[in-house]
Amino acid sequence: MNENTPVLSMQNIEKAYYGNKVLKGVSLEVMPGEIHAICGENGAGKSTLMNILFGMPVIHNTGGFSGTISMDGEQVSIKHPSDAMKLGIGMVHQEFMLIPGFSIAENIKLNREPRKNGLLSTIFGKKLQKLDEDKMKSDSRAALDKLGLDVDEDIPVAGLPVGYMQFIEIAREIDKENVKVLVFDEPTAVLTESEAASLLAAMKKLAAEGVGILFISHRLDEVIDAADKVTIMRDGTWITTLNKKDTTMEHIAELMVGRKIDLSQKEESAKIDTSKVALSIRNMKVAMPGEVVRGLDLDVYKGEILGLGGLAGQGKIGVANGLMGIYPTEGEIMVGDKKLTLNNPKASIEAKLSFVSEDRRGVGLIPDTSIEMNMVIPAIVNQNRFLKKFGFMSQYDADAIRKNAENYIKELDIRCTGPTQPVRRLSGGNQQKVCIARALLLQPDVLLISEPTRGIDVGAKSLVLDTVVKLNKEYGLTVIMTSSELAELRLICDRIAIVTGGKITDILKPDDSDAKFGMAMSGISGKDGE
Amino acid sequence: MPKSNGMNKIKGFMVSNIVPIVFIIVCMIGVAFSGSAPSIIMMDVISRFSRNAFLVISLIIPILTGLGLNFGIVLGAMAGQISLLIVCVAGMNGLSAVIAASALSVPLAVFLGWLTGKLLNNTKGSEMITSMILGFFASGVYQFLLLFVWGGIIPIDAPGIMLDSGIGVRSAVNLNNLKYAIDNIWKMDIFTAGIIFSLIFLIINAVKLLKRTDKTKVRTVVNIAVFAAIFVICFWASHADACKKMKALCQIPMVTFGLIALLCMFVPAFLKTKLGQDMRAVGQDMKVASVAGIDVDKTRIIATCISTVLASFGQIIFLQNLGNMSTYSAHENVGMFSAAALLIGGASVSKATVGQAIMGTILFHVLFNVSPMAGKNIFGSAELGEYFRVFIAYGIIAVTLALYAWKKTVQAREKNKVQ
Repeated sequence: MNENTPVLSMQNIEKAYYGNKVLKGVSLEVMPGEIHAICGENGAGKSTLMNILFGMPVIHNTGGFSGTISMDGEQVSIKHPSDAMKLGIGMVHQEFMLIPGFSIAENIKLNREPRKNGLLSTIFGKKLQKLDEDKMKSDSRAALDKLGLDVDEDIPVAGLPVGYMQFIEIAREIDKENVKVLVFDEPTAVLTESEAASLLAAMKKLAAEGVGILFISHRLDEVIDAADKVTIMRDGTWITTLNKKDTTMEHIAELMVGRKIDLSQKEESAKIDTSKVALSIRNMKVAMPGEVVRGLDLDVYKGEILGLGGLAGQGKIGVANGLMGIYPTEGEIMVGDKKLTLNNPKASIEAKLSFVSEDRRGVGLIPDTSIEMNMVIPAIVNQNRFLKKFGFMSQYDADAIRKNAENYIKELDIRCTGPTQPVRRLSGGNQQKVCIARALLLQPDVLLISEPTRGIDVGAKSLVLDTVVKLNKEYGLTVIMTSSELAELRLICDRIAIVTGGKITDILKPDDSDAKFGMAMSGISGKDGE
Repeated sequence: MPKSNGMNKIKGFMVSNIVPIVFIIVCMIGVAFSGSAPSIIMMDVISRFSRNAFLVISLIIPILTGLGLNFGIVLGAMAGQISLLIVCVAGMNGLSAVIAASALSVPLAVFLGWLTGKLLNNTKGSEMITSMILGFFASGVYQFLLLFVWGGIIPIDAPGIMLDSGIGVRSAVNLNNLKYAIDNIWKMDIFTAGIIFSLIFLIINAVKLLKRTDKTKVRTVVNIAVFAAIFVICFWASHADACKKMKALCQIPMVTFGLIALLCMFVPAFLKTKLGQDMRAVGQDMKVASVAGIDVDKTRIIATCISTVLASFGQIIFLQNLGNMSTYSAHENVGMFSAAALLIGGASVSKATVGQAIMGTILFHVLFNVSPMAGKNIFGSAELGEYFRVFIAYGIIAVTLALYAWKKTVQAREKNKVQ
C-alpha cells in the first residue's frame, strides 16, 4: 500500500431528505495517522456526513445518498452499521452508547463477546454459546491499559464519572482488531477541561499508531491543538480544507459562520436606554433536558430586542422555558422591581411575561381548535377575560372572542378563511402569527419568542420577523428572541447574547464580525481579561 | 462510600426486599388465623406450586429483554390447550398424550410468539398494555376457532369433547385420560424429596466452587450453606414423630419438580449465553444495543417466542394436574395471576430472577389457600377473604406498576438535574 493512499476518502457526497438537499457535494480525505477536524455550525451537515459513513438506517430509509466512499483506495459500500464495523470504521458517539447496568468489560465487548461451547450450545446451536468471561475481562483490561485508564473492568458503568464513560467508549473502539478510522463526534462536549486534555492526548496517541481520526468539535481551541487538517462545512457545502499551520482560530470561526444573507441591518442601531431594566436574571439554572442552563446572568433593557443565539443543545432554548416556569428552574429573577416566583407558569404570566414557544405544534397550539379559541384560551384561563358572568357560573363571551380574533387577523395579516378555521389547516407562518396574537393578548411587558421561523418557508419568515419588529417599535414591547439562525438575530436584534454551555459567553452587537460570533459560539469569550 | 456495617446491610436488604417481606408476614398471619393444619396447607401449596411455577418463570425472559410483564403468555396457554384438545381427539392417553401435546404446542406457540413479538415491536414503550389487550383479542379468535371451526368446518368426531350438535368444543372437557400423567410418574414424600434435591444442588454448587475462584465464590458458599441446612432439616424431619402426618400427606411429584428445577437452572445459564447477553443489552437500552449491531427486533421476538413456548408447557403441566379443562376460561387469568405471583416475590417490571419467581409462587399460593379461612375467622365471612385474595392479585400489580413509573420519573429528574 502506498504511503499516500488515504485510509478514508469520501468523494462528492450528496444527500437529500425529502427533496431538501442537506449535503451538496462534500469531499474529504483522511490519511493514516492523521487527525482531521470537521468544523461547522449546526445544520452544516456534519452529522449527516457521519451517518452516511457509518451506514445508519436513517440514511438508507430516506433514499440513500450519491457519491463514493473508498477505504485504502478501494471503493466500498456501507449499507448498515455492521458493514462499517467490518471495514474498520469506529465511532465514539456524542451521547454515550453504554449500557449502565453492564460492567465495563461487558460494555467494551458489547456484541463482540468471545464465546466458548457449553451444554446449551451443543443442544440449541451457536447462538447459545457461553460467554468467555475471563477473555472478556483480559481483553478489556488490555484496551483500558492502552488508554492509561486505571479502573476495575468488573464494576458497572452506572455511576462512573462522565469522563470515564467517554474513555470506555474509546476502549471499545480500539479493542476492535481492525480499526482503521475512528470518528470522534464532539467527544469533549461533556468533559471537564482536564478530562478533555487527557482525551486529546489519547487521541494523538492513537493517531501515532496509524489510525486515521475524524474529529468533530466546535471547540476551536481543541481543533487547533489536536488536528492536522481542518475541513470547514457550511449549509451542506464543503467550504475548504486547511492545514492547521496555515490557519488560525479566528479564520476558522469566520469561515464557519459566513454571511448567509445580505444584512440590511436595522437602520438606527438605536441607543438602548440602559437605565431601565425590564428583566434581570442572576445565576439561573434550568433543568430542561438537552438544553440545560447552568448559572446564567443577563440583564434585559426596556424596549430592546435581545437575541439569544448559540449552537443547539447549549441551553439557549432553556432560558425562555425557565422564565415561564415550564422546566424546573433555580436562581434569582427580577421582572422590573418585583421578584418572579419560579416554577409557576401562572406567576410568570401575571408578571407580564408572555411566551411564544419553540414547540409550536406541541405546546403552542391546540391544532383542531379554531383560530379564535386558540387566541383567547390563555387570557380566559389566566385573566378571566372574555367571560360573561352569571352568578357563580360563567360562559364564553362569543361576541368578544370573535371580534378580538377579527382584529388580530387584520392586524397581523393572518391568511385564513375566517376566525373559526382550525389552526391545523394554516400554514406554518400563519400558525406562528396565531401564537404571537395569543401571547400579545396577555398584554405582556416582555415577549419571549423562541425559534419563530422554525419550519416556515422563506417568504413567511420575513413576515414573522417584521411583525416582531413592528410590535417592538410601535408598542415599545421588550422582546427576547431565541433563534438558531444567527442571520435573523443579526437582522432584527439590538443586542445578541450567545449562550454556550448553559452560560452567556458574550453579548455582541449585530454588526460585530463573523469571527467574533464564531468564537463566542465555540465558547471563547471575546471579553478582555478573560 | 463508607463501609456498610451489619446494621446497614440488614437495612438495605429489608428495603430492597420489602415486598416479599411484607407478604411473608401477611402469609404468617393468614396461616395463624386460618386454623388449618400446616400439613394441609403444605399439601395444597405443593400441588399449586407444581402447577404454576412453570408459568411464572416463563415471564422472566421477556422482563429482562425490556418487554415488561408479558401478559401475552395467555397465547401460550391457548397453544397448550389446543394441543391438549388435539391429542385428546386423537384418543391418546397418559404420559404419551402429554408428551405429544407438548411437542405439538411448540410450533403453535412459536408462531403465536412470533406474531406477538412482531406486534410488540411496533408498539415499543407500551408492551404491557398491548400484550394484555392482545390476550383478550386472542381469546376471541380462540373461541371462534373452537366454537365454530372445530366441527363446523373441520369435521371432528369426538363425542366426549365436542358438543352434542357436533359443532364446537364443550365448555368443560374431561382430561381424566391424562390426569397426573407427569405428576404420578414418581412421587416421594416431602422430606425424602428435600434430601434428594438438596443433595443434587449441593453437588452442583460444590463443583462450581472447585472450578471458579473469583467473586461468585461468596454466593456459591451461601448456596451451599442453604442447601446443607435444607438437607439437615429434611433429614431430621423424616425421622421425627412430629412430622409424620406431613410426611404422609405431602407427596412431591418428582418429575414435575425436576422439570421446574431444570428450568430454574436453564434460565440463568441461558442469560450467560450470547443470546442471553443480547437480550439483557436490549432490555437495558435498545438504542445502544442496535448501534452495537444487535438486531433488536429479532432479539425481542425470540424472547417473546421463548416465553410463549414455556407458557404453553406450563399450561399443559397445569392442566394435567387439574384433570379437567374449562375450555373457554382456563387461560383467561394465566397472565394476571402469574404476574402477580412474580411481583409478590419481589420482581419488578424490569428485573426478575428465578428465586423471586419461586418465592412469589409459594407466597401467592399460601395466600390463596389461607385467605378464605382466615377471612372467615377474622371478619366472620369467607367471602371477604375471597375478595381479599383477588384484591391482592390485582392490587400488587397496580402498586408495582405505579412504583415503577414513579421510580422512572425520579430517575429522569435526577438525570436532568443541573450540576
